[in-house]
Amino acid sequence: MRKKVLVMGVIGADVHAVGNKILYHAFTEAGFDVVNLGVMVSQEEYIAAAIESAADAIVVSSLYGQGELDCRGMREKCDEAGLKGIPLLVGGNIVIGKQKFEEVEVRFKEMGFDRAFPPGTPPETTIAALKEILHVEEEA
Amino acid sequence: MNNVLLIDFGSTYTKVTAVDTEEGRLLGTADSYTTIETDVGDGLENALKKLHEKTGPLEYSARYACSSAAGGLRMITSGLVPELTAEAAYQASLGAGAKVLKVYSFQLTEDDLEEILQINPDIFLLVGGTDGGNTECILHNARMLAGVEFDFPVIVAGNRTAARECERILAGHEVHLCENVMPKFGVLNIEPARKKIREIFLNRIVQAKGLSKAAELLSGILMPTPSAVMKAMHLLSGGCEGESGIGDLIAVDVGGATTDIYSMADGMPKDASTVYKGLPEPYDKRTVEGDIGMRYSVRGIVEAAGLARICQLSGLDQDAVNALLDRLCSSPDLIPEKGSDLEKLDYALASMAIETAVARHAGSMEETYTLMGLTYVQSGKDLRHVKQVIVTGGSLIRTDRTGEIAAHAFASPAAPMSLRPIRADIRVDRKYIIAAMGLLSEYYPQIALRIMKKELVYDGYSE
Repeated sequence: MRKKVLVMGVIGADVHAVGNKILYHAFTEAGFDVVNLGVMVSQEEYIAAAIESAADAIVVSSLYGQGELDCRGMREKCDEAGLKGIPLLVGGNIVIGKQKFEEVEVRFKEMGFDRAFPPGTPPETTIAALKEILHVEEEA
Repeated sequence: MNNVLLIDFGSTYTKVTAVDTEEGRLLGTADSYTTIETDVGDGLENALKKLHEKTGPLEYSARYACSSAAGGLRMITSGLVPELTAEAAYQASLGAGAKVLKVYSFQLTEDDLEEILQINPDIFLLVGGTDGGNTECILHNARMLAGVEFDFPVIVAGNRTAARECERILAGHEVHLCENVMPKFGVLNIEPARKKIREIFLNRIVQAKGLSKAAELLSGILMPTPSAVMKAMHLLSGGCEGESGIGDLIAVDVGGATTDIYSMADGMPKDASTVYKGLPEPYDKRTVEGDIGMRYSVRGIVEAAGLARICQLSGLDQDAVNALLDRLCSSPDLIPEKGSDLEKLDYALASMAIETAVARHAGSMEETYTLMGLTYVQSGKDLRHVKQVIVTGGSLIRTDRTGEIAAHAFASPAAPMSLRPIRADIRVDRKYIIAAMGLLSEYYPQIALRIMKKELVYDGYSE
């Protein structure tokens, strides 16, 4: 069976490369086919990569606090590009300062993201969420 | 004595080059008008007559040729995303020496098909999707093509999952399956497609272009001329067994209708504070500027550089420049006389042709401030440290200001983010031998390399 394809990367003018590499290895290890765009990724790059690779989900990371600005309009662009309904996940330090994550999550969901993860989320949590969204059966 | 004859059937001139492979030296070169309407053999005979007037009668053990006559190798490509597989297909075609008339991305429309049929290319390159990725687009495009009548061969070099189905959809046509030009995201794999294009050129196009009569006289290898130039530059840069190359280089061919740029360099970021964006570019990259040329595309140069700069460089006023441009457009075979205004204008035009074409070929750098400090974002090739620039084309060969003109390939303070060479040696192809050496390199690489090192002479800006 075809592996589920993820497109991932760190959005905006964000150069945090370490977490990106860790997530890449974790996702690959978990059985996904991962297209890693690295750091400083624009919305358009995620979308272009997702189209060519027929991706099943896009996973956006942001560490530097500007994620909320960077992610705005991404769902609409996906719709425009024919990626209607593609799962969008986001995680990291996605907003400035200490805010209640419940409120942050609501704002990202309103922006069209399927899931938003707070700082310090272990890769396993994201992997479990991806498997649930993409209906990947755990091997017996 | 073992002489080899190398022939370049150009769109205007048929050029011949004779080499003695035993002594490893150039015997002579000559050219004459290409005679595609009657028989290309006539033009070849005339060129040979001129050559033998200089060298005395010669016997040849082998004759090899390349050709860009009858419009060259005309191609159309279609891919999925413009910056990704469509770009990869474009790179593959250019690298094979083709003239790419149209690049489509996403799904082909009925209007596109009308255009394709009208252009009637020599080869159609159909790609789209990474391996295991999108199949919808390439299958749709194959179906669209299958719905019309056409006679050109189609190369399928997209998502491997869809390859066989494309072949079935296009049954009844000449279809060639090939490895994906972008098997994984961001990975270019254009060599197999390039090879396939050259094969088809050899087997099919040579006949269609009225070159088969000439082919009977040849011992082998007919390839598109730009492909021969590419081979020559590969060899000159990388060397071969027993002879070292000259390292990273840029080659500039300013023609009458187009300007071709070749670079042999890795060009990736050298330091950790630079992030690379976009599709990685091939080590051996060719670009063609269809709007930049010294005669047929002279308006494109003025448009790109601005009339003011042409006036400034030529020392002529606007009226004089405009009048001369009109003359050039109506009679493209004008050759400037020494000291004439046309010579001054040609200097300005050639300088701007090089500046524009090399700037488009080279990558660029952008400064971005992040919370981690200043970061550089590079797209395209970083050619700042290339130390050799090779120039060819009539406007650079038949002038004594070659060095001055070619120096416009260098980085300039006016465009600090353009990644052009900071400073390089300039070598000029005075005898017009590059394509011939590309042909020769198929059989005698060491001799071809030695001849190039000797005949591509330093000019002007050398230290």
